[in-house]
Amino acid sequence: MQLPDGLVAVVKRDCPTCVLVEPVLRGLGAAVWCQDDPTWFDHDDTALELSYRLGIETVPTLMRVEDGAETARVVGWSRGQWEALAGVAGLGEGLPEHRPGCGSLSVDPTRVDALDARYGSSGLTSRRVELADLEDEHEALFDRGWTDGLPVVPPTPERVVRMLRGTTRDPGEVVAVVPPDLVPCTVEKVAVNAVLAGCLPEHLPVVLAAVEAASAEEFALHGLLATTYFAGPVVVVNGPVATRIGMNSGVNALGQGNRANATIGRALQLVVRNVGRGRPGEVDRATLGNPGKVTFCFAEREQDSPFPPLAADRGVPGDAVTVFAGSGVQPVVDQLSRDPESLARTFAACLRVNAHPKLPMAFDAMLVVSPEHGRVFAAAGWDRARLLAELDGLLRLPAGELVRGAGGMAEGLPPGVAAGEVPKFRPGGLLVAHAGGDAGLFSAIVGGWVAGETGSVPVTREVRA
Amino acid sequence: MTTVLDPTGERRPAARAPLPRPASLQGRTVGLLDIGKARGDVVLDRLAELLRADGVTVRRYRKPTFARVAPVDLRQEITEQCEVVVEALAD
Repeated sequence: MQLPDGLVAVVKRDCPTCVLVEPVLRGLGAAVWCQDDPTWFDHDDTALELSYRLGIETVPTLMRVEDGAETARVVGWSRGQWEALAGVAGLGEGLPEHRPGCGSLSVDPTRVDALDARYGSSGLTSRRVELADLEDEHEALFDRGWTDGLPVVPPTPERVVRMLRGTTRDPGEVVAVVPPDLVPCTVEKVAVNAVLAGCLPEHLPVVLAAVEAASAEEFALHGLLATTYFAGPVVVVNGPVATRIGMNSGVNALGQGNRANATIGRALQLVVRNVGRGRPGEVDRATLGNPGKVTFCFAEREQDSPFPPLAADRGVPGDAVTVFAGSGVQPVVDQLSRDPESLARTFAACLRVNAHPKLPMAFDAMLVVSPEHGRVFAAAGWDRARLLAELDGLLRLPAGELVRGAGGMAEGLPPGVAAGEVPKFRPGGLLVAHAGGDAGLFSAIVGGWVAGETGSVPVTREVRA
Repeated sequence: MTTVLDPTGERRPAARAPLPRPASLQGRTVGLLDIGKARGDVVLDRLAELLRADGVTVRRYRKPTFARVAPVDLRQEITEQCEVVVEALAD
């Protein structure tokens, strides 16, 4: 919009200072736009477009305009400044010397996102879809196939702009090439899906890191989707970010009820569904699946853990996510072991049955050690490496027990492929994390998927602001 | 009226019609791709036997792992060397 030359002002009627300077503005013959009452002065800025474009933060704002361009500006009322800008002496007789202004409606926190989306250079490039007035907006999103079966938050431009405030990254930056369709996925597309999932802006950096990790080639997300097996990405969050954004690593850490845990895992799944087009019944061919494919995300309980943070042990200290191809939760009960050797034997016995007790080296697993179990290892000075070494020794399976037909079960290794002892897990195929509430002598095994080079390798990535 | 942003990748894959089915395999080259699943070889061995008996030239291929997509080079090789391909998914 071309501004008229001369004096231009922006006011709102709700502002006592603006009311105070009304006679001064009329006396100066300024062109005045009002933010909240289109009838007060000649010009109407109730849509706040002019205020937004001029970057008005305080009302009244008085500007001098020459050749359509602003050359000077003062805010609030200050007799000396107004006289200098207007080039007129003796302004505002009877008024105080100074009076601060009020906040402009264009910077009102409840409006600024909508203004950014409408008038700003938000950089949003996603296709805009207008829902008809007669469409129920929640049904409309189901109808378009954008949800995981639960309702989603409509990703309006305002909400996406707000979501993008959670990161310093450019909306157009490509975060990852998302399988199975190998679609370059921008920060903006992740933000749109994070809105759908119900995330807060402060969750976005974690979602971005999870998308990056899950799209890494070694994670084999295409295969993970296409498999008839149960697994889907499980996200473990480490570092101060987890506490800062209110993630749960304690009571019911693997369960429901925490917004950050629930929505971050869900946002990753929605990116895979919507951006990568990994949909159940299409590329996703799971026979049964598992409930964690809606969302499966938790923070590691670092504060009293016997182990260093999982991500740090994997080479990424600080804020980080680790994605693991996981298949649901298997309980481990041991209420009697008080020494680490005994407890490790319990873990080994339960881990042995991962996928099938006669199938070694084939499937990874994640062991989630609870605080009451973790305390046993802490008291004995066992860290993660010590526990893993113990489990490795305990999980050497006699080849004779694994062969097809042994134990009356057809499943197993073909005859002649193994002799002596066979490790249950490939090196690096067993992850150990620490999470859960204070009470309960229970831990959990999250069964994995096809291991390592032939399948999925867990991936850890830094969470960046 | 509510405006929402499209959460999808906004891509429309190009639709390509499959080649017409050959009326006969006689004298043609058929590729058999083993995706790496257990006992897929059993199916393909028998298939190769039957095809050869019908005068078909059979070429065998194998993906490094069923869990990952076939490498580009492998796909290219099959395209260049075969007129027909049979992919075996077995367990």
